[in-house]
Amino acid sequence: MAEALFQISGLRLDVPDMARKPLFGPAPRLEILKGISFDIPRGAVLGIVGGSGSGKTTLGRALVRLIEPTGGEILFDGQDITHLPDGRLRGLRRRIQMIFQDPMSSLNPRLTVGRIIAAPLCARTGDARVAEALDQVGLPKAFAARYPHELSGGQRQRVGIARAIAMRPDFILADEIVSGLDVSSQAQVLNLLEQLVKELGLTLAFISHDLSVISRLCGRVIVLQGGRIVEDAPTRQLFEAPSHPYTRELLDAIPVPDPSIRW
Amino acid sequence: MTAFLQIRNLSARLRNTGHRLLRSVDIDLPAGVVRGLVGESGAGKSMIGKAVLGVLPASVEIVEGEIFLDGHDLLRMKPAERRRLIGASTALIPQDPLTALNPSRRIGPQITDRLVDILGWTKERARARALELLGEVRIPEPERVVRLYPHELSGGMRQRVLIASAFAAEPKLIVADEPTTALDVTVQKQILRLISELQARHGTALLFVTHDLGVVSKICDSLSVLYAGKVVEDTTVDAFFAAPRHPYSAALLAATPRHNDPASSLRPVPRDVLDAVAAEIAAADAAWSRHG
Repeated sequence: MAEALFQISGLRLDVPDMARKPLFGPAPRLEILKGISFDIPRGAVLGIVGGSGSGKTTLGRALVRLIEPTGGEILFDGQDITHLPDGRLRGLRRRIQMIFQDPMSSLNPRLTVGRIIAAPLCARTGDARVAEALDQVGLPKAFAARYPHELSGGQRQRVGIARAIAMRPDFILADEIVSGLDVSSQAQVLNLLEQLVKELGLTLAFISHDLSVISRLCGRVIVLQGGRIVEDAPTRQLFEAPSHPYTRELLDAIPVPDPSIRW
Repeated sequence: MTAFLQIRNLSARLRNTGHRLLRSVDIDLPAGVVRGLVGESGAGKSMIGKAVLGVLPASVEIVEGEIFLDGHDLLRMKPAERRRLIGASTALIPQDPLTALNPSRRIGPQITDRLVDILGWTKERARARALELLGEVRIPEPERVVRLYPHELSGGMRQRVLIASAFAAEPKLIVADEPTTALDVTVQKQILRLISELQARHGTALLFVTHDLGVVSKICDSLSVLYAGKVVEDTTVDAFFAAPRHPYSAALLAATPRHNDPASSLRPVPRDVLDAVAAEIAAADAAWSRHG
């Protein structure tokens, strides 16, 4: 077993439920994550699956410390980052990157692609790393001069990937990055990611509500329901012999393109 | 028997640039049949639905062709008559249930707007119908739900409300524009089952716009595959999934994820297939402009 890049134990997050707050006194707490523990070994691709409201996006955001958990522990490369203040997190931000669901709202419409990729590098658009990142995601160098609205959905998502890998991160969180794309671009982006994982030895957490896109990319899958892990298994095993009824329900709900398989 | 919806040789283009959006589209949709309109983004699948419902954006003009609804030629009717015919005999199930519902109005009246405004029902009768419809789409406690606002419902519940509202006036034709794209898989399955159950019970013709061939295989009877506004394949679901005829539709099927066979899925549409279909379209365009 490879050394763990992320070690998460007993992770909890609750937020004040402002919809039920009494006029005086504190609001009741709403539990989003209810004690989650797992490891992500270096070089692994982990799938995080669950229905809407299962806490998968919240879990991802806690991993990259966009939100601070209320309990439990997150160790990144041996260092406890659970309650690390922003100033001390800054140095780690370069090593932990994120690719977002909606490329249209995560790419600044006023910046060219080149500047979008160069910005986190604190580099100029002519920097060799920008060209290299574009090349790695299969976009022509000339795209550096374009604006996000000039690109297709799949190309925009490639820019998001280029921005993340240009930082040479240790870890990338990809949150539902293909759910807005049509099947051919979806396949292209997934194949690209698969290839980059191999070439650059990335560690990746891939959040999705769709188990069918996870089957190709991920080595291991955790299934979330209501803020708890209900199943944590190698991908093959999960698909061939799901142990939890919720996993089975998720699998049965996937529309396999074959009319002979009835629902 | 003629089909309830007939689209003949329909071409549309952008008014300012002349860019062609639909290329001689032919579609027949008899009552009680579900037809999938499949293609990648920008293929023109939603545009066809919009043309049928008479809600094309002002920037798009129809260049030629006919749309027959129940035998009436929509494009040659007076606008007021056309609106009445479309309003009374068709409905839309939209993609995003949150933007389709008015956030500041209660659920009940939103379901029955069409009945009151177009068909002239009284409010009391419309209210009774709203309760009946919510029961039909299996929303628990309809008396309570008609008084709620959209934000108080989950995504799946909102989509049920929109389905109820689509079936409210017993339309002959429903256009469903990616109705489950915003939902997660388990809810998607429930919603698709509900749509196909109601469609079968009411004998509605359903035009189902989607990019997901998996969904098509579950609820459609026939399908039209679109590329750049042109129908490249028009066939039955069984024939299509047994052996797609057009290379582009075969490639689209190979790109669709199937978890039971990961090796043969998620293959992007190959460059040469795209080039071939683009050449096919260029040739058709050239023939079209010579003839025009």
